[in-house]
Amino acid sequence: MGLEAKLPNGILLTSVEKFVNWGRAGSMWPATFGLACCAIEMMSTGGSHYDLARFGQEVFRASPRQADLMIVAGRVSQKMAPVVRNLYDQMPEPKWVLSMGVCASSGGMFNNYAIVQGVDHVVPVDMYVPGCPPRPEMLMDGILKLQDKVKSEQFVERPKPGESMEDFRRRTGWIDPDPSVEGVAAAQFAPRSGTRSGRRDTPSGAEPGPSQER
Amino acid sequence: MFNALRKGFGLTFKSMFRPSSTTEYPDTRRDTAPRFHGRHVLNRWPDGLEKCVGCELCAWACPADAIFVRGEDNTPQARFSPGERYGADYQINYLRCIFCGLCIEACPTRALTMTNEYELSADKREDFIFTKEMLLAPLPEGAKPPPHTDDEVEARGMTYYQGHAAQDPLRHWQADLAAPEEHGDPVTTDLLDDPRPGGGQG
Repeated sequence: MGLEAKLPNGILLTSVEKFVNWGRAGSMWPATFGLACCAIEMMSTGGSHYDLARFGQEVFRASPRQADLMIVAGRVSQKMAPVVRNLYDQMPEPKWVLSMGVCASSGGMFNNYAIVQGVDHVVPVDMYVPGCPPRPEMLMDGILKLQDKVKSEQFVERPKPGESMEDFRRRTGWIDPDPSVEGVAAAQFAPRSGTRSGRRDTPSGAEPGPSQER
Repeated sequence: MFNALRKGFGLTFKSMFRPSSTTEYPDTRRDTAPRFHGRHVLNRWPDGLEKCVGCELCAWACPADAIFVRGEDNTPQARFSPGERYGADYQINYLRCIFCGLCIEACPTRALTMTNEYELSADKREDFIFTKEMLLAPLPEGAKPPPHTDDEVEARGMTYYQGHAAQDPLRHWQADLAAPEEHGDPVTTDLLDDPRPGGGQG
C-alpha cells in the first residue's frame, strides 16, 4: 500500500495487515469461469447443498474486473491459454488464482500437445486442488486454505512501474545479487534432462526406472 | 396487486423456516460413498510386512502416469514383502492422479487401495508427490517394521495370499539357487494343479 516503505516495522502495520487481510479473505469474489467438467462441480459448490456464500463468495462475477479469485476449473488448452492470461490481467489487484482439478494443475491425464501442462505456465497459482473433478468439499477445502493463506499475507513492496521482476527481486533482497548464486537457483528450476521431455514429473530425483521404458 | 405482493413475499418469508439443505462443510461433513476414490494407501500384512511386491502393474495401468514404482529383490536378511520383490520406492503424484482406481484393479496383492480422504489441497507442487512413507498404512499393533529376516517370518508361520500362492512366497529363491539348471518354469507347472475352484485360469 506504499505506507510500509515509509514506516519502520511496527504494531500499526501488523494490525492494519490483519484487518485488511480479514476483509480480503472474507469477501473474495470468484470469476464465473469454467473450462471443462470441473466447472460443474464448481457450480454445485455454489449451490444450496454446499453454499459457497458461507465463505463470502456468493457472487460469481461475470466480469473479471469485479472478481478477486480466478478458479481455473478444467483443462487449459493451448488455444485457451492466452485468453486465461488476458482474463487474469483484467482482474484488479489483489487477485488470487486457484487451480481446480488435476488438468488445470498439471495437465492431468491429458499429457499431449493440445493441453497446457499446468495453468501455472500462464498465471501464478496460489492454491492447487487435485481431483478429477474435485468434489465440492475438496474445492471448499482449497478455498479455505487459500483464505488462511491470505489472512497471513504480509504487505510487501511491489515492483515500480517499468521495473523488471529480476531488478525488483535484487533491490528487495529476494535473490542474491551475486550472479553465480542465481545460476544455481536457475538450474534448479530448469527442466530435468534424461526423462523424455519431462513426461513423467513424478519422481523427484529418482533414477529412471524400467517403467519409463515402455 | 396487494394480493400478488402478499403471495410473493409470503413465499420468501415462509421459506425462512424451511429446513436448510446446506451441509456446514468444515464443521460437519457429508459421508462419502463407501467406495469413494480418495487418497491411496499401501496396505500391510498383519505382521507388518508390506503387501506391495513392486510389480509396477499400478504404474502401467495408470492412464495419467502418476505412479512411479521401483521394485527391488528381497533378500533372506532383509525382507519387506512376502513376495520375491518389494516396492523400494513408491511415489504417487496427486497433481496427475485422476482417482480412477485402475491402479487398484491392477494390483494383484491388494496392496494399493483407496481411502475416503479427500482434503489434499496445497499451494506447492512438491507437496503433491506422496512418497512411500506417506502412503504406507500405519503398522498394525505389535508388529515390527520391515525389514524382517526370513527366519523370523517363517517362525511366525503365517499364511500369505490366503494360501493361494502358487509357490511358497518365502523360499523359492533358494530353490532357484539349488537347481539353477531346472529353472524351467516352476510357477506354471504349479498353476496347472491349482487347488482353487476354476484353478489355473488366473
